[in-house]
Amino acid sequence: MTPVSRAVDRRPARAGGKPAQDDGTAAAAGAGTNGAGRVTGSALFDGYLEPDRPHPDAFDEMFNADGSVRAPYRHLHDAIAPTAAADLAARSEALDRAYMDQGITFSLSGKERPFPLDIVPRVISASEWSRLQRGIVQRVKALEAFLADVYNDAQIVRDGVLPRRLITSCEHFKRAAHLLNPPNGVRIHVAGIDLVRDQEGTFRVLEDNLRNPSGVSYVMENRRTMARVFPDLFTRQRVRAVADYSTHLLHALRAAAAPNVADPTVVVLTPGVYNSAYFEHSLLARQMGVELVEGRDLFCRDNVLYMRTTEGEQQVDVVYRRIDDDFLDPLQFTPTSVLGVAGIMNAARAGNVVIANAVGNGVGDDKLVYTYVPQMIKYYLDEKPVIPNVTTFRCWLDEERGHVLDRLDELVLKPVEGSGGYGILFGPNATAKELQKARKAIRDDPRGWIAQPVVQLSTVPTKVDDRLVPRHVDLRPFAVNDGEDVFVLPGGLTRVALPKGSLVVNSSQGGGSKDTWVLAASRSSEAERELGERGIASSAPARGPAAEQGPELTLGQQQQQQQQQQQQRQQQGRQVQELGGMRQEQVMG
Amino acid sequence: MLARNAESLYWIGRYVERADDTARILDVSVHQLLEDATIDVDAVARRLLGVMGVDPGTDEPLDAFSLTEVLAYSTATLGSIVSSISSARENARGAREVVSSEMFECLNATWNALPERQRYARWVGPHAFFSYIEDRAAMFSGLAASTMSRDDSWRFYLLGRSVERVDMVVRLLLSRVSDRMSSPGWLSVLRSAGAQDTYLRTYRGAVDAVRVAQFMLMDRLFPRSVFYSLREAETCLQQLDQRPTARVGAKAEALRLLGRARSELEFLRPEELLDDLPAQLLSLQETIQKVGEAVSLQFFHAAPWVAWTAPEVV
Repeated sequence: MTPVSRAVDRRPARAGGKPAQDDGTAAAAGAGTNGAGRVTGSALFDGYLEPDRPHPDAFDEMFNADGSVRAPYRHLHDAIAPTAAADLAARSEALDRAYMDQGITFSLSGKERPFPLDIVPRVISASEWSRLQRGIVQRVKALEAFLADVYNDAQIVRDGVLPRRLITSCEHFKRAAHLLNPPNGVRIHVAGIDLVRDQEGTFRVLEDNLRNPSGVSYVMENRRTMARVFPDLFTRQRVRAVADYSTHLLHALRAAAAPNVADPTVVVLTPGVYNSAYFEHSLLARQMGVELVEGRDLFCRDNVLYMRTTEGEQQVDVVYRRIDDDFLDPLQFTPTSVLGVAGIMNAARAGNVVIANAVGNGVGDDKLVYTYVPQMIKYYLDEKPVIPNVTTFRCWLDEERGHVLDRLDELVLKPVEGSGGYGILFGPNATAKELQKARKAIRDDPRGWIAQPVVQLSTVPTKVDDRLVPRHVDLRPFAVNDGEDVFVLPGGLTRVALPKGSLVVNSSQGGGSKDTWVLAASRSSEAERELGERGIASSAPARGPAAEQGPELTLGQQQQQQQQQQQQRQQQGRQVQELGGMRQEQVMG
Repeated sequence: MLARNAESLYWIGRYVERADDTARILDVSVHQLLEDATIDVDAVARRLLGVMGVDPGTDEPLDAFSLTEVLAYSTATLGSIVSSISSARENARGAREVVSSEMFECLNATWNALPERQRYARWVGPHAFFSYIEDRAAMFSGLAASTMSRDDSWRFYLLGRSVERVDMVVRLLLSRVSDRMSSPGWLSVLRSAGAQDTYLRTYRGAVDAVRVAQFMLMDRLFPRSVFYSLREAETCLQQLDQRPTARVGAKAEALRLLGRARSELEFLRPEELLDDLPAQLLSLQETIQKVGEAVSLQFFHAAPWVAWTAPEVV
């Protein structure tokens, strides 16, 4: 095998649209220039922008409508296009094997499968990202202010910006958390904001996740695995690193502890090994170097939370819990829960432990409350939203409900409490009977439903069989709030809907993921580094001594041994000759 | 045992450990070069080569791939992975009667598969090659641990391995001393030594340059720390030296050097370690070099007193 893609890497990047062709694959690549697939000369992209594909209006992130390559994807396209299909298949297999070996799997109908990571990364340019980052920070700050407000005197309601029934009717509004104010004021330690790109390519917020957003482990593992399996993709452009997420998370969790604790003990609370996100829980605990505990490892006494260790009881100051509110404290919520810790809410109220994310955050990410976030941003921050929402019709408002009931066959109907892609009704695909049932459901419980126009999520090339085809994606960036700054991990989890034409990206619905690249603005110079923090030493020693070598075993000895053998052979030869001579003489005689 | 065989075992230990550590260092560095957007690739690559004592041999800018070429695949670079494995195998071939056949097979199979592994790694990326070397080195030391009796042959092997380990950890740290205190490079130091998980569990916290340096140099329990390896080498030497204990001073030069370096680390105030880290590392490096010379003088090239009796009497 020739190093196909690397040979190409060394060449200067050419303008987009016409990928560099390697001699080894030129024949295969040349075949791809037929009418419909004129996006590229590569067989991989053959027929990529065919007009009769589902959702042809969707924004494709790699190609413009005329088939030229968009700027952020140019280098990636040039690196991938000349790759042979067999090579791509081998890499894809290597990705899967790496995930199986590391135990990064999820079970689908009882079978362990590698978490599906697609081979083509999703790229976000530096300027796009800086806007997204501003928007996410703004949103987290507004929601943080909103949560602090509703769990205190709800000034926003008194000022008539939001109706009180919006909050009190929310299932995730926890009265047990009322007036429970965390020491550094942070309730959203980790947020996952789901973004989509509409037909025009504008990023919009689809929903907020303020309770237990998961998936960040895949962000880190996708990057690590991609770099190992497809290192040549990284050489042409600089991609911002994602590996230090745990450092930021640990910093935020330690900062959340009560101020009188000098060295706070942080734990990660998991429901246990059978949870689908257990891998993530263990990875975070491992990377932060903290204990991964289950409910049975913890107990409360006198409003103090302890964990059981071989050296006795150890007080716990911060719990990063990955358990839903309802199971967290059997004294306050579901009394039959065995996953949580009885009394942890009282311990938190007494100020002896901090729960992250805070109890009751669900009131901020309810899909109906979501529609009011732009008003919150205006009310709390006096700013305009940087990232717009998706247009949403609220069934509990009479006029909007009428609109929804009339045009249900054009809309997507979503339950307000839903997650994981369950309970969503696609109007255009639904039968008359399903629509009828949905209308009844809306009339019975108007608070329980919202409707949105079908957003044709943007598409990114994705490997299906031996070709790259457009598949729809969303993006979940992760934000960590330490009370002073909101850190947004550059990148995030890109989920991709693998079935053709599907707009549902949840992994429980057959979704995969992509490595997400945020391009660095420019490589920071050495000078910039020196302005920053100093190292232990100002400079490294220029040149170390060469590695010591053992005695030369081979050369001298080998020569002598060979000489000896030669001599022996010559002697033998001479003897044979002599013998031969004798024989000749005998014959002569 | 035969001095020649002892020397071979000592060098097998050193070469295999060198190949393993070089692979580990490269594995982490190459991926850092690829992934981290904020570093100057050429400067980092040159610094690493400099610390490894290798001449880059070219003025063209280096990247992750040419770095791998020089430090892993090149047969011309002394100390590259390929030449270390070849030397180890050469030594094992000359000392087959003291190396268990399983160990020899492991080393020989590793060497035989090198060209194929290189081809594969050039295709799918260098990680495949590095992880192959790491796996085989782990297998080799596992076989050594389970098939060698704990006699002098084991001690010479272990001595070589420990001495080389100290040398490589020192080089690893030297390549990072000018990094910022909070640079992710410090995490990669830990990862190169396989110490990431242990370190994080020990210090339960964010990675911090001072602690990483302390951990890699002074930790008493971690088997790849400099202190641990020095102590292991010292123990081997003590057991190898059968002579009666001297009343004054150390029994032998190598033992004296190792014992001094070990006790300097052992009784150093942890916070003083950072006062002049590069100087400390350089002096450790020098010590290791001298230990190598002293060991070979004491055990391998001890010049015996030779005399011929003139046949005049007859």
